[in-house]
Amino acid sequence: MADISSNFLGIKSPNPFWLASAPPTDKKYNVLRAFEAGWGGVVWKTLGSQVKNVSSRYSAVDFNGSRLMGFNNIELISDRPLDINLKEIEECIKLFPDRAMIVSLMADNDKKSWQELIKKVEDTGAHGLELNFGCPHGMTERGMGASVGQDPEIACMVVEWVMETATIPVITKLTPNVHSVVPTGRSVVKAGTHALSLINTIQSVTGIDLDTLVPNPNVGGKSVFGGYCGPAVKPIALKMLTTIAQDELTKKVPISGIGGIGTWKDAVEFMLLGASNVQVCTAAMKHGFRIIEDMCEGMNNWMDEKGFKTIDDFIGKSVENITHWEDLDINFHVIANINQDKCIHCGLCYIACEDASHQSINLDFGKPYNKYTIKDEECVGCNLCKLVCPVEDCITMEVHRKGEEYVNWKDWQDKGLPLNDH
Amino acid sequence: MNITNNRLSKEQYEQNFADIHPPFENKTAAQVEANRCLFCYDAPCTKSCPTDIDVPKFIKQISTDNIKGSAHTILSSNIMGAGCSKVCPVEKLCEGACVYNLLEEEPISIAKLQRYSTQKAMENNWQLFQRKPSNGKKVAIVGAGPAGLSCAHVLSRNGVDVTIYEKESKGGGLMTYGIAAYKVTPKFCEDEVNYILSIGGIEIKYNQELGKNILMGELQKNYDAVFLGIGVGVARRLGIPGESFEGVEDAISFIYNIRDKNYSLIPIGDKVAVIGMGMTAIDAATQAKRLGAKKVTLVYRRTEAEKPCTDVELDIAKLDGCEIIWLAAPKEIKGENGKVAQLICSKMMLSETDTNGRKTPIDTGEIFSLDVDMIIKAAGQIPFEELVDMNKMENKNGKLIIDTNYSTNIKGVFAGGDAVNGGKEVVDAVQAGKDGASSILEYLNLTFNLI
Ligand SMILES: Cc1cc2nc3c(=O)[nH]c(=O)nc-3n(C[C@H](O)[C@H](O)[C@H](O)COP(=O)(O)OP(=O)(O)OC[C@H]3O[C@@H](n4cnc5c(N)ncnc54)[C@H](O)[C@@H]3O)c2cc1C
Ligand SMILES: Cc1cc2nc3c(=O)[nH]c(=O)nc-3n(C[C@H](O)[C@H](O)[C@H](O)COP(=O)(O)O)c2cc1C
Ligand code: SF4
Ligand code: SF4
Ligand code: SF4
Repeated sequence: MADISSNFLGIKSPNPFWLASAPPTDKKYNVLRAFEAGWGGVVWKTLGSQVKNVSSRYSAVDFNGSRLMGFNNIELISDRPLDINLKEIEECIKLFPDRAMIVSLMADNDKKSWQELIKKVEDTGAHGLELNFGCPHGMTERGMGASVGQDPEIACMVVEWVMETATIPVITKLTPNVHSVVPTGRSVVKAGTHALSLINTIQSVTGIDLDTLVPNPNVGGKSVFGGYCGPAVKPIALKMLTTIAQDELTKKVPISGIGGIGTWKDAVEFMLLGASNVQVCTAAMKHGFRIIEDMCEGMNNWMDEKGFKTIDDFIGKSVENITHWEDLDINFHVIANINQDKCIHCGLCYIACEDASHQSINLDFGKPYNKYTIKDEECVGCNLCKLVCPVEDCITMEVHRKGEEYVNWKDWQDKGLPLNDH
Repeated sequence: MNITNNRLSKEQYEQNFADIHPPFENKTAAQVEANRCLFCYDAPCTKSCPTDIDVPKFIKQISTDNIKGSAHTILSSNIMGAGCSKVCPVEKLCEGACVYNLLEEEPISIAKLQRYSTQKAMENNWQLFQRKPSNGKKVAIVGAGPAGLSCAHVLSRNGVDVTIYEKESKGGGLMTYGIAAYKVTPKFCEDEVNYILSIGGIEIKYNQELGKNILMGELQKNYDAVFLGIGVGVARRLGIPGESFEGVEDAISFIYNIRDKNYSLIPIGDKVAVIGMGMTAIDAATQAKRLGAKKVTLVYRRTEAEKPCTDVELDIAKLDGCEIIWLAAPKEIKGENGKVAQLICSKMMLSETDTNGRKTPIDTGEIFSLDVDMIIKAAGQIPFEELVDMNKMENKNGKLIIDTNYSTNIKGVFAGGDAVNGGKEVVDAVQAGKDGASSILEYLNLTFNLI
């Protein structure tokens, strides 16, 4: 059995799965249930000045009958009184000393507020702090949250205030509502943050009620942009994570990966792209805390199969496999192949290639079943057919190199090789 | 007890004749199934539907919550799409071809989804078609069965004024009078006919029989074209001694009575033999059982491999507790006091495959007898020979012969459905009506449009 325990900035937890700062971590009752279920740690729901929430608060994007493919909220930071939160945090730490307790913070925009809040939180015995520079709704209108994260200078200033006082590890949580997360990332690393976490939610409109014409979620006939998360944001989060993991400066600090994680596979992917641990919100909000069991078992089994003994053995392993387009090998060429024994004649590959790719699939009419075959000379190896085929391993992409040697785009041009494939 | 009616309580009758096709409970249930559909290209299910319904399209429309569009997709290809979704032997049509079968997975419940959309269309009386302004052409249709109604609807959509002559007092043909009561209720059939007629431009004259109340010559004189959708007639005679004993019944009239009257009024025997193994035989047997017969035995000349009904149909009969004797041909009916007492059968065996690739049953010389008090004959139906001969129409054993334009040998007289094919399914009759209408429009120099 592999060892999946995690050590993030010296904060130990039995597994690398933390619950992200959000409703699942906003009170003792939830957090104790999460720890009982097996979660490695929590980032307590963001604390700051007292706020008031509205109703309703959430909305979602369903896809082909699957609920919550994307999830959106317009909630603010914790709306519970600060002293109750602090008392409960302390109690949770006492009851589960082996779990990570990080507290998320978003103070008013002045040094004094930040530093006073940090002192109070440290008194609870919390193991670390997470600075919420990401919340994209509500708090931004008050100059907080994403407004801080979107401006590298302001972010730097706040982190400096924090670092003056903080005696426990500090994680800065980045907002994805920027063209690149790197500038703010660099600026807060320079200011001394011990680690980064990303992503927070993405500004969004999930949809509109076609009867009332009011966008979701509906608050008395009006809506606002909400923060988007859940499975739909995972690819964006992975990309942003990679840019942080590849930047010379930001890659020096540990990263906590967040955004659309719901399974052990998602978690492994974040970790392969450089996250030292991961945080989960939407998946727990949809299914409850019980998903942790399979996350641990699945990761463990995969590590055993791959021969990884600890999570450090694979963290970051895929970072170097994302390169620049210019460095890709142009002589590498794949051609689709249809396994006729597996094919169920649905025609999806055909119509996709015919209407949207390179007209590389033959249709031999049959009643009721047509036969589909690849025109090898026409296929550019785009993967589209394989992606739409409903049968596992029915279409495979087979390697037929165009030439022995590696040739990238620059070499190709230098050698004056032909540009037009068709 | 012998042959008596009123064997069961009202509740028992209701339970026995309840719809065997429960609908989707709610939108979510329908959408879960709709989302399972792969939206195949040049879909095998569509190719296996005699009316060519664009199945992936109508199913996709259910998943996008465009139920009106879905109903239009179905009904523009098959105006009896609602009825077909209850009576089609889908296991050998669309669902039998669904690609999921090739994954050894349950096929998509196409008929159930079709029921979902068409039922909504009927309940809400959605008017999905607008007829073109009347172009002054008039067509007479004989028979308000599936073929006739389908032909009428396409013609009316294209601006033709249609008059249907129907010998019965209700429309729907065998849909109303033939198909098992647990598949379609009389109320449903009536609603469906009314829904079809709601487009306007179609008048049905009931209790008007061609050859009796009206003659072909009059139709030819008063209309620009004629379509014959008269179906097929009564059950074939067995041609064995004893067929006139009391208790020997024709399956078609037996079923007609069930559909026309209250269940409690239908007399049924204790021990019933049903001869044949087609759709009609199965329906007669299962309904005999559901009316309270103690023992129902299906008797068939060949083996299970050659049976004309589908496996699904046979299973219904088996589940209803009907017994089956394969390789048995009726030889004689014996009676007592003028009433049926025994059915004597020859044991048969199958020949080697003949030149047509079919095995013929041959008499082994051995016989056996069944104690019965009622015999239902369902060994095929006979076309309307007399009517056809009277009008000097080309036919084969009474089945009308048509050319590739759906025209009979009489100019301006077209035909389709059971009257031509000798008895297939509702869905085939609907397609024949569409094809007939298309030929008639061409004959009248009008354009054909299914929208
Ligand atoms: C017992 C039984 C069960 C069946 N079960 C199924 C099933 O489950 N599923 C399925 O798809 N199909 C089933 N069928 C077959 C289906 O009912 C027929 O294929 C279909 O109804 C044929 O339609 P049609 O319009 O050609 O003829 P019909 O439905 O027979 O309609 C002909 C119409 O013409 C009228 N008519 C006849 N002669 C005259 C005349 N001289 N003048 C005026 N009107 C006349 C008749 O009264 C009738 O209304 C079944 C048939 C039978 C007998
Ligand atoms: C209802 C809700 C409330 C949230 N509140 C906070 C918060 O107070 N502080 C914070 O840093 N992030 C907050 N988030 C963002 C999550 O912590 C997380 O970054 C984001 O949801 C992406 O992860 P996921 O795809 O696993 O949900 C909230 C998210 C949701 C859905
Ligand atoms: S890989 Fe692309 S080009 Fe080749 S057959 Fe598939 S869809 Fe067509
Ligand atoms: S998509 Fe796959 S299963 Fe469908 S026809 Fe193409 S190869 Fe066959
Ligand atoms: S064959 Fe099956 S999966 Fe494909 S379109 Fe038809 S119903 Fe859908």
